[in-house]
Amino acid sequence: MTAWFQSQLGMGLGWFAANLILVLAIALPLMLAVAMVIYGERRLWGAFALRRGPNVVGPFGLLQSFADGLKVALQEVIIPSAANRALFLIAPILTFTVAQILWAVIPFGDKMVLADINVGLLYILAASSIGVYGVIIAGWSSNSKYPFYSALRAAAQMVSYEVSIGFVLLGVVLWANSFNLSDIVLAQKGHIFGLINGFALNPLLFPLSVIFLISAMAETARAPFDLTEAESELVAGYQTEYSGMAFALYWLGEYANVLLMCALNATLFWGGWLPPVEWAPLYLVPGIVWLFAKILLGFFIFSWVKATVPRYRYDQLMRLGWKIFLPISLIWVFLVSGYLMLTRYSA
Amino acid sequence: MSLTAETSPTTGDEVIQNYTINFGPQHPAAHGVLRLVLELDGEIVERADPHVGLLHRGTEKLIEYKTYLQALPYFDRLDYCSPLGMEHSYVLAIEKLLNLEVPLRAQYLRVLFAELTRICNHMLNLGSHVMDVGAMTPNLWLFEIREDCLNFFERASGARMHSAWFRPGGVHQDVTPKLLADIGEWLDSRMPELFEDAISLVADNRIFKQRNVDIAVVSKEDALKWGFSGPMIRGSGIPWDIRKAQPYDVYDRMEFDVPVGTRGDCYDRFMCRVEEVRQSARIMKQCLRDMPEGPVASLDRKVVPPKRGEMKQSMEALIHHFKLYTEGFHVPEGSVYVATESPKGEFGVYLVSDGSNKPYRCKIRPTAFSHLQAMDFMAKGHMLADITAILGAMDIVFGECDR
Repeated sequence: MTAWFQSQLGMGLGWFAANLILVLAIALPLMLAVAMVIYGERRLWGAFALRRGPNVVGPFGLLQSFADGLKVALQEVIIPSAANRALFLIAPILTFTVAQILWAVIPFGDKMVLADINVGLLYILAASSIGVYGVIIAGWSSNSKYPFYSALRAAAQMVSYEVSIGFVLLGVVLWANSFNLSDIVLAQKGHIFGLINGFALNPLLFPLSVIFLISAMAETARAPFDLTEAESELVAGYQTEYSGMAFALYWLGEYANVLLMCALNATLFWGGWLPPVEWAPLYLVPGIVWLFAKILLGFFIFSWVKATVPRYRYDQLMRLGWKIFLPISLIWVFLVSGYLMLTRYSA
Repeated sequence: MSLTAETSPTTGDEVIQNYTINFGPQHPAAHGVLRLVLELDGEIVERADPHVGLLHRGTEKLIEYKTYLQALPYFDRLDYCSPLGMEHSYVLAIEKLLNLEVPLRAQYLRVLFAELTRICNHMLNLGSHVMDVGAMTPNLWLFEIREDCLNFFERASGARMHSAWFRPGGVHQDVTPKLLADIGEWLDSRMPELFEDAISLVADNRIFKQRNVDIAVVSKEDALKWGFSGPMIRGSGIPWDIRKAQPYDVYDRMEFDVPVGTRGDCYDRFMCRVEEVRQSARIMKQCLRDMPEGPVASLDRKVVPPKRGEMKQSMEALIHHFKLYTEGFHVPEGSVYVATESPKGEFGVYLVSDGSNKPYRCKIRPTAFSHLQAMDFMAKGHMLADITAILGAMDIVFGECDR
């Protein structure tokens, strides 16, 4: 497509136009997906809590998220008089943008990836580290006490869990021998006896997949690690002073991040766009369908956990991150690399 | 400008102030209108200063200007989570001053509905405690039970919350046999099922235990010193229950156990309430089994108004009705303190009568007030997140605390 646009519009402009279309082809469906998973999650929570959930707006309440979106879009964005105006408005934009740009390296199918860079995983680590600034800046610029506490918690929490996520990713990278997400997916093809696609069923990598799933919940500040917006302690955390579209950007950003973590989980451990089992008829289903199914399964687990468990306390969260996950993931990197040294590189 | 020795600060000179935050009165976990001024060192609570009185409505003073019967609905509005428990103390106090005999069926009905109130109250408290530590679902499951309770209240009295159903001399109206049958069926099937499901989600949950075990430990001695009662004192291991210690109505005929905690932490208080719900169900079943037929209010027409049909036939009944609903009844001179085991603890009413139709003084002994005064003692050294667990396990309602 890039070539066609370049032939029509010249090198620079053609490249820009082609990529703009590709970016929109990811970003717009992503926003739609976020709206739908918010609806889906509310229906799920409704079912968990013996309620009906949203079922009024549109058929089966399907348009609920759009009604909510319209509501917040029409709301006034209140900027507290003591807030730092510029930072206060930059913060939600930052969170939202970062949640979007991360999707650039996710492969949706064979060769279906916007930026097929060879350090895809590093890109994700780097970009998601910027995401925490959205929260910290919000907490600081609101000039209010609850958001400030939330910002401090967010800084500590996201940094702590990024460390163990880093080591978990290292285990996968060692096995796949690449930082490129497409290569990691392809490395999982027929991973178990040439039959099952996915690192998660490898006994050596399975613990890493569990740690990744839990760390992903902590990284996206979802229950039971939603300390940054713990409503029973910090009212609404860093979002306390936000309203209208600024609040909606956090909302969208949060869910886009959750979906991204589910997509990463699917890509790194469950074979991405590959069908679960190596069986030719399954390849007739487009890869993107398999990926979506895996993302939704991951998302279901996220919702399920949120509906079930209480919230960790700040120090307990830190203990889990530093004293349990970090040593385990470190040892596992050692085990994985040791095993690979003995089997793959011993000759 | 160059820094001189006088103007340049050196390390150690700065005075580091603690961070002070307002926990409430507009806070989702403040259980009403509690304003808690917290002095925090990082996340550690250095001082917790509860400010009460935001819901003060002058109930005690208002009662002095109302006849005994008119004052009754104020009690519903004290602890609005367990209205009948509040009424119970008040009507018992009046009956004691009047030296009034209450028919047996009325006593059974009162015990039955007092225990239903206890279940109703504990559903709210257990649910909100669980929600305070972050779990959403059990709360809504427990609210299903609470909804059933409120429906039963409505069928008995016509009002879901502020029943005004316990009256001096008995209860206002008899209940239908269908209602009793429905309560019995509910106790056997729906209630235990929902309740045990909801509790099983949290009682053995690792995170729930981490958030509650060893939080705000209160020893037996401290619990006595701070004037705790109800699940708060039982959580600390003292088997004090007024239903057992000074039985009123037909509690002396009931067979039930008093659960006590072993460590005196938030988890023990939580589990005490859980077990109390089971015991309440047990008491209710005994009430339903043993309840006799008969009148549901005293036949003393100087206190209890006559039936409508009676008034059509009897001039005397009409006069009684007129007198009771204009002047009210007169209570002999004297004073009395009656405490009952309300769902939250010892709820007492100190009633002084000067022989007129209005109380001379009505002092209410709320449960929440003596629990809340221990807030600083219990919260000191814990973290910000523990405050919500402590508050949840205290079971505070401000209608009662502030009066």
